[in-house]
Amino acid sequence: MIKQEKMAIVSQTEIAKNIFELTVTGTLVEEMNEPGQFVHVRVADSFEPLLRRPISVAKIDKEASSFTMIYRSEGRGTSLLSQKTERDTLDVLGPLGHGFPIEEAGEKAYLIGGGIGVPPLYELALQLNARGVETVHILGFESREAVFYEDKFRALGDTHIATVDGSHGTEGFVTHILNGLPHDFDTYYSCGPTPMLEAVQWAYPQKKGFLSYEQRMGCGIGACFACVCRTTKSETDYIKVCSDGPVFPAGVVIS
Amino acid sequence: MTDLSVKLPGLDLKNPIMPASGCFGFGQEYAKLYDLSKLGSIMIKATTAEMRLGNPTPRVAETSSGMLNAIGLQNPGLEKVVDEQLPWLEQFDVPIIANVAGSLAEDYVEVARTISRAPNVHALELNISCPNVKQGGITFGTDPKVAKELTRMVKDVSDVPVYVKLSPNVTDVVQLAKAVEEGGADGITMINTLLGMRLDPKTGRPVIANITGGLSGPAIKPVALRMVYEVRRHTDLPIIGMGGIAEIDDVIDFLSAGANAVAVGTANFVNPFVCPELIDKLPERLHELGYESVHELTGRSHRL
Repeated sequence: MIKQEKMAIVSQTEIAKNIFELTVTGTLVEEMNEPGQFVHVRVADSFEPLLRRPISVAKIDKEASSFTMIYRSEGRGTSLLSQKTERDTLDVLGPLGHGFPIEEAGEKAYLIGGGIGVPPLYELALQLNARGVETVHILGFESREAVFYEDKFRALGDTHIATVDGSHGTEGFVTHILNGLPHDFDTYYSCGPTPMLEAVQWAYPQKKGFLSYEQRMGCGIGACFACVCRTTKSETDYIKVCSDGPVFPAGVVIS
Repeated sequence: MTDLSVKLPGLDLKNPIMPASGCFGFGQEYAKLYDLSKLGSIMIKATTAEMRLGNPTPRVAETSSGMLNAIGLQNPGLEKVVDEQLPWLEQFDVPIIANVAGSLAEDYVEVARTISRAPNVHALELNISCPNVKQGGITFGTDPKVAKELTRMVKDVSDVPVYVKLSPNVTDVVQLAKAVEEGGADGITMINTLLGMRLDPKTGRPVIANITGGLSGPAIKPVALRMVYEVRRHTDLPIIGMGGIAEIDDVIDFLSAGANAVAVGTANFVNPFVCPELIDKLPERLHELGYESVHELTGRSHRL
């Protein structure tokens, strides 16, 4: 069920260049189960900036009633969010959307993420490992200073890093790493920039895959029709990324 | 007991607060969050004769204390709205105001005739003010003669009272209000969005795929309030006021300026519980101001 709550901020840390890890606590966490869902947060108490910011859930801690978001501070809203401290509360609406189906994983899964698409894959990796699924992580970043959670992913399975400028790991994109990896997995899960999702789909046309899409949103709950995409089903079929997704099976969304 | 009820043509409202068309879909998303029977009314998303897929994305862009949208009247079409969305809404004790749109006058007439016969549709809102479609919409709402004629055509076929939604994108909104009154309108809803645009400073490109969009949110409240005030000075028609309402004193302002009821639009995207919250706050705020009913407060700025 979707809830709105003023959640207490537990911690906020800059874990890579302009990348912030923000943990909040409250009863809303009781509603969180699926990896790949997101929350819609208000960064100001006033109406400036006006709209909420959609941020993916990177880790759910039921025992501590807390969850962690990882976001990049790049615009007006996220820059304000990055200034919040343990003394502040955060207006959170969520959990929203449909996440990654973990029951579809099979025995071995590839988790492929790019930049700020990496965070939801962490909770996914945790849940898949808890079910005994072997996970391999292929993560792409701009440069060494933008890399985060490498060790945390490594603790859960094979982890391959690519950076665009080659300052860490393989030079180039995640697809350069995928070219050298065996196709011995059952399912892939991916989140990142749309061109990356397209490339991943092309790389594994025969495999079962689930992709998490990004689209400019208004309400986050399916009412405003800002984030629609056409689908491959028919010329008149469409989905709303916020409420029908953000995760869709590969081959469905025309981005 | 503070009296929140408002009686308008076709509409017996338990309170004067309702979500505005285009900001609430057909209610399904918000029904997961609270009981829609709490609302004064619901202005459902614009319905056209045929299904519309709307404009390319990006369709929204944030602006200072506001947002631009160019959704493009995406909706499932008359048949689906009448067969599926409206019957689903019948489970709630709330009168529906159906927003009617089209590309040609005949489209408006067709939609109005059919949708006005749905049992829970108590009024129509004639959308002659959508700025985001190439044909229809605002083109009917900027020429008084055309607006009057279309109002008359829709009045002739509608089974329920007809409210006309006015555009702020005109030099003299009073002229349009008088024209639709002459055309037989039972009421006015105002305002629709203000035409605007936002550019990406790095590239100079418009942020919205449609190039321009409709500005809404707290940024437009002063314009909306001024227009409601002006129109109230020139007509006794009921007015449902809207434009940037987000807090309780925004409701108070619109009622004071002469609105008989108000609609909340963009604020639903920021706080999905805003309508029930405002409804809960209204009695106390009225009481603080020394009023015991919505009716007493309505139009007070004109009596000073």
